[in-house]
Amino acid sequence: MRIGYYPGCSLLGSSREFDESVRAVCETIGLELVEVPDWNCCGASSAHVLDHELSVALPAKILAQAEAAGLTEVLAPCAACYSRLIGAYSELEKNPDHRAKVSEIIEMPYTGAVKVVNVLEVLERFADVIQAKAVQPFARKVACYYGCLLVRPPKVVNFDRPEDPQVMDQLAAKVGATPIDWPFKTECCGAAFSVTRTDLVAKLCGKIVDSAVKLQAEALVVACPMCHSNLDMRRPETNAALGKDLQIPVLFLTQVIGLAMGIEPKKLGIQRHMVPVAFNAPTGAQA
Amino acid sequence: MSSANHHESRPDTLAARVKAATGISLAQCYQCGKCAAGCPVSEEMDLTPCQVLRLLQYGQDKYDEKAMRSAGIWLCLSCETCSTRCPQEVEIPKIMDVVRAEALKRGIAHPKSKDILAFHRAFLDSVEQTGRLYEIGLVANYKLRSGHFMKDVMLAPKMYVRGKLGLLPHMIKGTAAVKRIFKRTLGSKG
Amino acid sequence: MSRIGVFTCHCGENIAGTVDCPKVAELSRQIPGVVHSVDYKYMCSDPGQTLIKEAIKEHKLDGVVVAACSPRMHEPTFRKAAAEAGVNPYLCEMANLREHCSWVHEKNEATTQKAADLVRVMVEKVKHDTPLTPIKVPVTKTALVVGGGIAGIQTALDIANAGHQVVLVEKSPSIGGHMSQLSETFPTLDCSQCILTPRMVEAAQHPNIKLMTYSEVEKVDGFIGNFKVTVRKKAKKVDEKACTGCGLCVTKCPNKKIPDEFNEGLAFRPAIYVPFPQAVPNKPTIDTANCTYFKNGKCGVCSKVCPTGAIRYEQEDELITMDIGAIVMATGFKLMKTDKFPEYGYGKYKDVIDGMQFERLASASGPTAGVIKRPSDGKEPETVVFIACSGSRDRAKGVPYCSKICCMYTAKHTMLYKHKVHHGQAYVFYMDIRSAGKDYDEFVRRAIEEDEAKYIRGRVSRIYEEDGKLIVKGADTLMNGEPVEIKADMVVLATAVQSQDCSEDLAQTLHISYDKYGFFAEAHPKLRPVETNTAGIFLAGACQAPRDIPETVAQGSAAGAKVAALFSQDELTREPIVAVVNRQAPPLFSTCTGCFLCQTACPYQAIEQEEIKDRSGRVIKTVAKVNPGLCQGCGTCVAFCRTKAIDLAGFSNEQLFAELMTL
Ligand SMILES: Cc1cc2nc3c(=O)[nH]c(=O)nc-3n(C[C@H](O)[C@H](O)[C@H](O)COP(=O)(O)OP(=O)(O)OC[C@H]3O[C@@H](n4cnc5c(N)ncnc54)[C@H](O)[C@@H]3O)c2cc1C
Ligand code: SF4
Ligand code: SF4
Ligand code: SF4
Ligand code: SF4
Ligand code: SF4
Ligand code: SF4
Repeated sequence: MRIGYYPGCSLLGSSREFDESVRAVCETIGLELVEVPDWNCCGASSAHVLDHELSVALPAKILAQAEAAGLTEVLAPCAACYSRLIGAYSELEKNPDHRAKVSEIIEMPYTGAVKVVNVLEVLERFADVIQAKAVQPFARKVACYYGCLLVRPPKVVNFDRPEDPQVMDQLAAKVGATPIDWPFKTECCGAAFSVTRTDLVAKLCGKIVDSAVKLQAEALVVACPMCHSNLDMRRPETNAALGKDLQIPVLFLTQVIGLAMGIEPKKLGIQRHMVPVAFNAPTGAQA
Repeated sequence: MSSANHHESRPDTLAARVKAATGISLAQCYQCGKCAAGCPVSEEMDLTPCQVLRLLQYGQDKYDEKAMRSAGIWLCLSCETCSTRCPQEVEIPKIMDVVRAEALKRGIAHPKSKDILAFHRAFLDSVEQTGRLYEIGLVANYKLRSGHFMKDVMLAPKMYVRGKLGLLPHMIKGTAAVKRIFKRTLGSKG
Repeated sequence: MSRIGVFTCHCGENIAGTVDCPKVAELSRQIPGVVHSVDYKYMCSDPGQTLIKEAIKEHKLDGVVVAACSPRMHEPTFRKAAAEAGVNPYLCEMANLREHCSWVHEKNEATTQKAADLVRVMVEKVKHDTPLTPIKVPVTKTALVVGGGIAGIQTALDIANAGHQVVLVEKSPSIGGHMSQLSETFPTLDCSQCILTPRMVEAAQHPNIKLMTYSEVEKVDGFIGNFKVTVRKKAKKVDEKACTGCGLCVTKCPNKKIPDEFNEGLAFRPAIYVPFPQAVPNKPTIDTANCTYFKNGKCGVCSKVCPTGAIRYEQEDELITMDIGAIVMATGFKLMKTDKFPEYGYGKYKDVIDGMQFERLASASGPTAGVIKRPSDGKEPETVVFIACSGSRDRAKGVPYCSKICCMYTAKHTMLYKHKVHHGQAYVFYMDIRSAGKDYDEFVRRAIEEDEAKYIRGRVSRIYEEDGKLIVKGADTLMNGEPVEIKADMVVLATAVQSQDCSEDLAQTLHISYDKYGFFAEAHPKLRPVETNTAGIFLAGACQAPRDIPETVAQGSAAGAKVAALFSQDELTREPIVAVVNRQAPPLFSTCTGCFLCQTACPYQAIEQEEIKDRSGRVIKTVAKVNPGLCQGCGTCVAFCRTKAIDLAGFSNEQLFAELMTL
């Protein structure tokens, strides 16, 4: 099976391990990723702040490139990219005039033929394969953290339920993890304010990390590079804001699945995390 | 206090601009406060999301300006918590985008927006130049624009060691096309 | 040659503003057969009607065309006037110059010409009109009341006390409805059971009321005064006559863990049960979906212990058909469930309950005997948050309307809570306080001022559990939308009042209309609030819209009065606009060939088969025959008949062709 692949900027840089683990897992489950040719940045959380049209045109260009390459579906693992792409897709779907205008701006035909999917959606299709290949169960208590962009706004993404979503939990359970029922699955981590308002990010991440630890999770599991960098890279600031020293590691879901499938940790980029992926108790101690 | 009628038919009110740009009518909001209640950053905002909407509902320059000058609008993370739960289906983040854009256009954006704006501009500069985000370039540019030279200096080496910082920008083939997209949209605004 | 009079009305400016009325009158005068034509400002006014009556006499008119508004508006008025002056009312027709002309066109020549054409058409119709006589139908003086809540009980009692027979059909095993579940009632705080139970008993014992519990309406045919209703009496699996209500079976049933509907799932009941101690009738029903015997043939304990041998496992549903003169719908409402609230935990938090569950906690007959204990661990909650408008006034949840009763019952809940938990603190998140009604606002003020409920104006965005507390995240819009977080022990959602799940199907069975939320539609929102668009079917209580008890009872009595008025007549008069199968001289007898296409086509089952016999009783021919009592004059059969054997009185083929040919 093949699917279009839009890694996005973060997956080439600060969240390289997400790219690595997505590719490794997809290879194992037999899903071929076809990178969108010569893709550009989606504009992330900056374009829409300054100009709405730009925030639609950049993703539209990506989807148009995919369309030109004959793809019908594009996987965007980064939740921020996913949100931008599907947001533009849904806005243009509703409005043919806007479609025409955007086609002119991007100098390419855009017809809306390419669907956008997130990593959870794609993995869900392979849930049984994943379960079958999970030879080394990830038998730990995990807190699945979805963040904002995978489930909101529900009318646009139309995926899982907007509060207390389940898909990541179900996938984690398939590879032997025990997902905890916790209230912060979709509370915002501060997203794009990592650099400019680190104080805010630390405060918001503090609530999330603290709650997960209190409920005895051994790892936070995410599917978004922004969430990851806030929860992982900003841990010193977060701990300072909390006045605690919480060392709970943050893994991408694809890393969790990859580990369970016996893929070499290095291939999954486990070594790249700021908070080391280390556990106090041996596997399954608390499960 | 003067009367506040007919504001949406006056084309120059902020409410009218919101309507034109997003199709959302400010009259939909019945000021229940649910948005402010769930917003992750409303405690930090000088004006909570529902207050911004309240000001816009008047359709008077005085209140429009107050909304545009607020610092709170720059804190909105577009997390969509508010719009997901709003009983009246008001898409607040879209409204925030319009208010911010107008504030910039009129040059009355809150001073505290400086850093946030500097970041967004630096980000877009990078995309405009190379077609993709060049993270080191972004940080350097942001430091220049914001004046926060020491920000995160300790982080960079750690990231480098973990292979998280690419030293060279990725140039895409379609850079020229991307530049033209910027020209046609953001234009001189950026 | 006919002598027809044409009367053109200005309707003030409504018609004359666009149509040149004197011109229309003048053109009409030239139509062959018209002997008199005038125009006048208001034809429907007293002088206008007099003008018509006098002209009829003076010019010896034998037909009348009033060129004015829609016949829906004033046809009865003018037909009555014509009849008073001696012209058969069905020879008086209206040309609609208002809705069909002046209101939809610009003022110009063509508009006036169209008006004149409309008159010409109606003149042709009148020429082909035949005098008709209204049809009389008898009235069956038995009413059917569907739903045994307070609305149905009140209606049934009022009709029965007026001396008429009533059949009261209730879906569940007992009458009483939601009111039987309430603890105390606003605005007086009197005990709900204490005021309701006597009425339930009265209804059950009334000689004119036949109670059918555990029953549902299956089919309704016929029309006002003459409905034929089929009711399904579901098998209770208990012989009501043999059962003495001793309750032994209920105590002995080993299958005791079934969530109790009456206690809103806060307690359990056995498989054979009486819904609540004061139930009427006070005899048990077997819930076959949960009974072990019905699941796998084992058990049978109830049958063994019953001293009178009243258990009937083999009992089947019964279908009972009866003649009914009028129907009152009183099927009430349902509450939105807490699982419809993603932001409040999709119903997964045990201590986030709805208003009816709180009623059960506060009720002396409830699972906690009236002590307020939270469901999760039975602890007394020290902080309770009440959330008004939960799911109501919420277009995102599909309920944009106000549920009307919850402001009041929420205030009541805070009082009941404070009266029972003296050190407790109640918070209410609200958007507006809607407490219009006698002594209502005073009641809310008492909750705030005397019982110290803290009202916070804002909606709650989210509820989650942390460290054994429910974290309620709201905002105070009277303090600039400042976020407010309350750590509560229990949260009560005043969830939206919605129509019953069965309401749309039921409306279709009865041919009555309903609104987009499934509430039954009244015939006119102001002037006919308890009638439906279907003659002879009335509405009472919360099946029409959210209502509290005083309003429900008032509406129940109003519906009762409507039925009593209907039953005060021995027969009803109906319009003679019905289909007729033609008759011819022998040997043809009728052009009907007996194909009975019409019979399958008629939506009202009005067509029967009639045998034409000779003197010796031999059947010569079988033809269609229309039952004028059932025929609604829709004309479907006319269109279906291949030999044109059927015609509609007042709208015959000949008339319609004559109308068209003049154009
Ligand atoms: C939490 C709460 C607290 C309240 N407190 C108060 C208060 O303090 N004071 C006050 O004035 N009002 C109060 N009310 C409002 C009150 O409950 C209603 O006004 C009242 O119950 C309406 O009566 P009803 O007969 O129209 O409907 P219901 O009480 O709903 O009765 C309808 C009956 O019809 C039956 N039925 C339904 N469908 C069918 C069918 N297809 N065939 C046959 N039968 C059917 C049902 O089983 C039920 O018995 C409260 C309501 C709630 C939810
Ligand atoms: S939640 Fe919606 S209706 Fe309520 S105040 Fe906010 S925008 Fe207005
Ligand atoms: S989108 Fe903005 S205003 Fe809305 S909840 Fe998120 S941060 Fe607050
Ligand atoms: S034991 Fe028999 S008589 Fe007694 S309540 Fe049960 S069915 Fe009726
Ligand atoms: S047969 Fe059914 S109702 Fe009777 S005692 Fe057994 S489980 Fe209960
Ligand atoms: S009655 Fe009060 S609580 Fe109920 S929906 Fe209306 S305003 Fe809200
Ligand atoms: S006119 Fe309509 S209702 Fe009457 S018999 Fe014909 S089909 Fe039936």
